Amino acid sequence: MKTMKWFGLVLTAMLLALALCLPAGAAAPIKIAVLGPMSFTQGEGHWNGATMAAEEINKAGGIKVGNQMRPIELIKVDTNEFLSIPDATNAVELAVSRHKADFLVGGFRTEAVLVMQDIAMDAKKVFIGCGAAHPALCTKVTKDYDRYKYWFRLTPINSKYLGKVDFILLGTVAHIMKKTLGIKKIKVAVVAEKAAWADPIVNISKKLLPAKMGMEVVGVWRPSPVAKDCTAELAAIQRAGAHIVFTTFSSSVGLTFAKQMGELKVPAAAVGINVESQKSGFWPATGGKGAYTETINTYARVEITPKTIPFYDKYVKLYKEAPNYTAGTYDALYIIKNAVERVGTIDSDKVVASLEKTDYVDTAGRVVFDKSHDVTWGPGYVTAIGTQWQDGKIMCVWPYHWQKVFYKGTVPYKLAPWVVDYWKNKK
Amino acid sequence: MLLDIIIDGLIKGSVYALLAIGFSLVLGVARIINIAHTALYMTAAYLIYMGTKMLGLPPLIAMPAAIVLTVILGLLIYNFFIKPIQEHEAAVLIATIAVAMMIQEVFLMSFGGHYLGVNPLVEGYATILGVKVTYQHLLALGLALVILVSVRLFLLRTRLGLAIRSTAQDREVANLMGMNVTRVAMGTMGVSVGLAAITGAIVVPLVTVEPTMWMHPLIMMLAIVVLGGLGSIEGSFVGAYILGFAESLVVFLLPMGSFLKDSVALSIMILVLLIRPDGLFGVSFEEER
Repeated sequence: MKTMKWFGLVLTAMLLALALCLPAGAAAPIKIAVLGPMSFTQGEGHWNGATMAAEEINKAGGIKVGNQMRPIELIKVDTNEFLSIPDATNAVELAVSRHKADFLVGGFRTEAVLVMQDIAMDAKKVFIGCGAAHPALCTKVTKDYDRYKYWFRLTPINSKYLGKVDFILLGTVAHIMKKTLGIKKIKVAVVAEKAAWADPIVNISKKLLPAKMGMEVVGVWRPSPVAKDCTAELAAIQRAGAHIVFTTFSSSVGLTFAKQMGELKVPAAAVGINVESQKSGFWPATGGKGAYTETINTYARVEITPKTIPFYDKYVKLYKEAPNYTAGTYDALYIIKNAVERVGTIDSDKVVASLEKTDYVDTAGRVVFDKSHDVTWGPGYVTAIGTQWQDGKIMCVWPYHWQKVFYKGTVPYKLAPWVVDYWKNKK
Repeated sequence: MLLDIIIDGLIKGSVYALLAIGFSLVLGVARIINIAHTALYMTAAYLIYMGTKMLGLPPLIAMPAAIVLTVILGLLIYNFFIKPIQEHEAAVLIATIAVAMMIQEVFLMSFGGHYLGVNPLVEGYATILGVKVTYQHLLALGLALVILVSVRLFLLRTRLGLAIRSTAQDREVANLMGMNVTRVAMGTMGVSVGLAAITGAIVVPLVTVEPTMWMHPLIMMLAIVVLGGLGSIEGSFVGAYILGFAESLVVFLLPMGSFLKDSVALSIMILVLLIRPDGLFGVSFEEER
């Protein structure tokens, strides 16, 4: 009889405990689809950033929706967008219709994201873009707000501002070269991969450099984005006597170009956009020959905001590589969390209204969306940074007191010693 | 500028020649259109990356090991995918495309789409008459020329070389004369894959290792063998240098259009074919075969 009593007590306690746990355990998860080319670095960045944020948020109890704490469930969606845009379309359809995703984050190639965007808008799902930079993605919001209001773009800064930073970096290096080496007129070789996104930069360079920046364009080279050998281009650039090589690369050619430029010790400074040089793998892949390459970037181990270094260090610890800009999905999840918690619902229309009021300091700067739902660029907001490979490390070299902006940990830009030697001896 | 073009064209042409000659050899002897040829070149490159960067082996051990492993893989592919359908040339073509795609997917799954690199065997550069050329490029040029001469000597001076040439000339007669044509085909496949692997080893420090690195050389190699004459080794040799120089000319003379170098090379191929449909050496070597 005594045993039965004990058994009854234990059973009651278990039932009670279960009942207490039920509300939290039973709360349906908020499903967030992470869209990206998962076999490639960009997709890995998307997934890693989102996973990091989801784990942190879930550990802290989840997202508070009204009175309920709901965990995040991530859905990994391989868009395979490098190889096939139809694959990307199908993947997003799958995420929306079969997996019933509540929110979408990610995307990389503008051509693919334009299609993904339409599917998300049809389904009235909030989609935070973390990869594609073309402004057309956001101008749709201003042109047809009712349809495209669910779209927001977080990272990187759009290509118009990327262009702006690009020319600021070029001007800064030109100034340093003039001052250090006493060069009167800087000669620039414009080297851009043959891709649509690079065309405006080439066209502006040809006009802007001589007319507004007092530089001479010694030639324009347009290698294939997947060129495996750039020695011919480099020989021609040297013959043209360029002081600076203004690069516009998003593909593998950036790695080949930087590697061969270092091997041949071409006496010119490489500055501009080189997406490959934003990655940790750039150094081993070039065998260290990519030293002194400068590029626009989003992350480096520098205090852009108080969140940057903890995020950077944790990311490196977990994934053994530096985060690239697609890892901005980390911030996207927190931005969704805050927007949902402000309105206490995951209803898309209400979340959109809440997202429009976002004023959030993330790992890359202060995020305030403009009317086109694009991230605001400039001092006090998100600026992007300029990084240079120095002694095997990605170092932040810009902004260096530009518009009174200085991020703690930023170091001065360095000219390659062979560049200094060549132009000093030339005089 | 002329010197730039000559040096650059020579280096490019030699590397293309190595690939194209291997492909031509097996096409001429066994009528195998091995689309997986450059995928095997990529395999050697990845194996060298694994050996040197992941296992920390010295390059001089990793490179021969990679070549041997690639040849073994090539022979396995021959036995399991090609030999059973060897008589049907179109089927072989399709099967080897499938094999090449499989190899690409294996590397994509194993290494992701990351761009990887291998350190050069020799660092630094030489300045030849004012033109900077890396030692690794010079090494590649030298090795390519040595291998090309060795292949020539192998075909002329060895028993297997004699068998390969006989089979290439007339497979049926060679068979009737008591030669084991299938074994000769297998030997040729081994030599052919060996050449692809050696090219991979020579080129790996100069290029970016990634899962689609086999596609561009494949296009160039096909253009070269068509230009030179299907199955003609000499034709492949000459075709390789023509297209190598064509690429260099485009970059130096048309900097804004340097992305067009492949298209120009392919246009030259089409032009030659319009004038001479059998390719440069097609007729004479067809008769020899």
